[in-house]
Amino acid sequence: MDVLLQQFFNLEIMGKALPLVLQGLKTTLLICAIVIPMGLLGGVLVALATRSSLRALRVCVTLLVDLMRALPPLVVLILVYSGLPFLGLRISPLTAVTIAFFLNNAAYYGEIIRAGIESVPAGQWEAARSTGLRADQTVLWVILPQGLRNVLPDLVSNTVEVVKLTSLASVVSLQEMLYSADMARSLTFNASPIVLAALIYFALLWPAVRLVSRLEHAAAR
Amino acid sequence: MERFLDSFLNAKLIAATWPAILSGLVVTVEIAALVVVTGLLLGLALALLRWRAGRWIGWPLMLFVDLFRAVPPLVLVLLIFFGLPNVGIELPSFAVLWLVLSLVLAAFAEEIVWAGLIAVKRGQSEAARSTGLSENQTLIYVVLPQALRLAVPPLTNRTIAITKNTALGTVIGVPEIINQATTAVSFSGNATPLLMGAFAYLLLFVPVIGLGRWIESRFAWRRQ
Amino acid sequence: MRPPHPLLDIRGLRKSFGAVEVLKGIDLAVSPGELVFLIGPSGSGKSTLLRCCNRLEEPSGGSIWFDGQEVLADRIDINALRRRMGMVFQSFNLYPHMTALGNVTLALRKVLKKPRAEAERIALAALERVGLAHKAGAYPAELSGGQQQRVAIARASALEPGLMLFDEPTSALDPELVGSVLQAMRDMRAAGMTMLVVSHEMRFAREAADRVVFMDAGVIVEQGPPEQIFGAPRHERTRAFVSEVAR
Repeated sequence: MDVLLQQFFNLEIMGKALPLVLQGLKTTLLICAIVIPMGLLGGVLVALATRSSLRALRVCVTLLVDLMRALPPLVVLILVYSGLPFLGLRISPLTAVTIAFFLNNAAYYGEIIRAGIESVPAGQWEAARSTGLRADQTVLWVILPQGLRNVLPDLVSNTVEVVKLTSLASVVSLQEMLYSADMARSLTFNASPIVLAALIYFALLWPAVRLVSRLEHAAAR
Repeated sequence: MERFLDSFLNAKLIAATWPAILSGLVVTVEIAALVVVTGLLLGLALALLRWRAGRWIGWPLMLFVDLFRAVPPLVLVLLIFFGLPNVGIELPSFAVLWLVLSLVLAAFAEEIVWAGLIAVKRGQSEAARSTGLSENQTLIYVVLPQALRLAVPPLTNRTIAITKNTALGTVIGVPEIINQATTAVSFSGNATPLLMGAFAYLLLFVPVIGLGRWIESRFAWRRQ
Repeated sequence: MRPPHPLLDIRGLRKSFGAVEVLKGIDLAVSPGELVFLIGPSGSGKSTLLRCCNRLEEPSGGSIWFDGQEVLADRIDINALRRRMGMVFQSFNLYPHMTALGNVTLALRKVLKKPRAEAERIALAALERVGLAHKAGAYPAELSGGQQQRVAIARASALEPGLMLFDEPTSALDPELVGSVLQAMRDMRAAGMTMLVVSHEMRFAREAADRVVFMDAGVIVEQGPPEQIFGAPRHERTRAFVSEVAR
């Protein structure tokens, strides 16, 4: 038992690792601040594109969505980070993370938002158009607000997944929280810094995870 | 164009690398299959336990479930892989990945099945109990079948997503697809193995996603 | 006067939900073959009384005897007892994942341990009695409300209970579907079934009941033959209620 505490919950080591881990947390939050809004925006575009009347656009977007559903996010990240240099494009880890996660998140948010849009009755569209609203105004003011609310649990749930995904950035040496914690681990030969990172992730995401459960249970009843 | 083909679709490299990618594919399939079986069974067992045992198990179980839903799987993989040897437990990387992903899937599955169980109307178990069925019989024949029908679509999506996390194994040296591919890239200085790896994932998961869609439409069934 | 051997004998029954006492000492006996109607304003405790009989609700006090057995005894096999008290619910509660036949055979096979073929034979006969043998293969979602409720009646009666409890069996039905369910209940009565019915179908009560029990605020206010309760109620509260529903 003592050994377990020593190796996983060593407060002294956690204390020493804390500044480094918090430094990493800043980067993690920075990544979130970039990829979540971009993902949502991309998702709206993907959702609208799958319902577009342009066949070519529909096919392209459906292809992207299916590709992202089939490829693990880590594989997309490695493809972007290790593959683009072979095309003569040198990119930073942050750029690679941004591109890879944009592709992945746009696809996943897109599927959710599409379901949301489809859940809005056709009568809403007709009513809005009958009052003289243009198509884009109808989408923005009538369809999206209702559609997004209908899929709120899925949106929150996917956002939790996106935050968890940022830990993959450590694989391409971006110094976010997991990278920092693992560095501290390798310096101290002790797993406590990773436990510290895990606890911070938990503290960060637990409210959202609870909220998702609440929303889903309410929806099921 | 020629340079592009040379560095992304190099025929010689394809010939030389495909056995490695194939062996990676086999490893990925093995872990994925093991994770699906143990994760789903454990999740189902936990949900039923919570249903039958009631409140005293509810809180600790909820904490376990929330922990594995909130902490990124890669964090857990590194934690177990580097932490356990320090306390004298040596697990091969394959087993670490299996263990972590099973627990993550079990956590999500417990949550989804539980949500299904409590969504079944109380009148259903009352009707069953009024005909003399025992508590266990009521659960098995009346409540669980309805709960599972509600649970199957979200469960399918979640299972596919977690199965894709087998790629995380590359970080701790599990010789799965992407691990084989990146190794080949660093030896050859050529991106062809990366595309082969991606292709192997498509080969594996496109049918799985098709199957998922089919299951979803098959179970698109609403309570009256 | 109590009949010598009541099938169901409820004495001093009490039930509280938290601080609210819903049943305040109920005495009620039902003789074999009798059809007893429970009426009263909503919230008077009728449904709770019914649900206490097979312990879907756990009474807070009093005693219930059914067919010579003490229902509230600790060591009683409650599942065996429930099997002998059929119950029909307001919301049907058919199992949506099973066909009509599956709904009826489940308890036959799992509680009475009948082999499948025999269970199906019994179930088909029960469905036949409610006029739905031709719908044996249909799922609840494919049946009308009236048909669903008749399947629910078949599900309960196939177990050959000694007593049937009806909890507002027609309240969730469209008016044009009520008749078929009442007909099924009439047929049951003609076959000699003992029935305890909570319902707002006053015309049916007048026509079919042996005895009508009027409850209000957790107590039995008055009981007697339908002619008395509907024609010449003795109690002020009964009179008010009857004139209210007759309007």
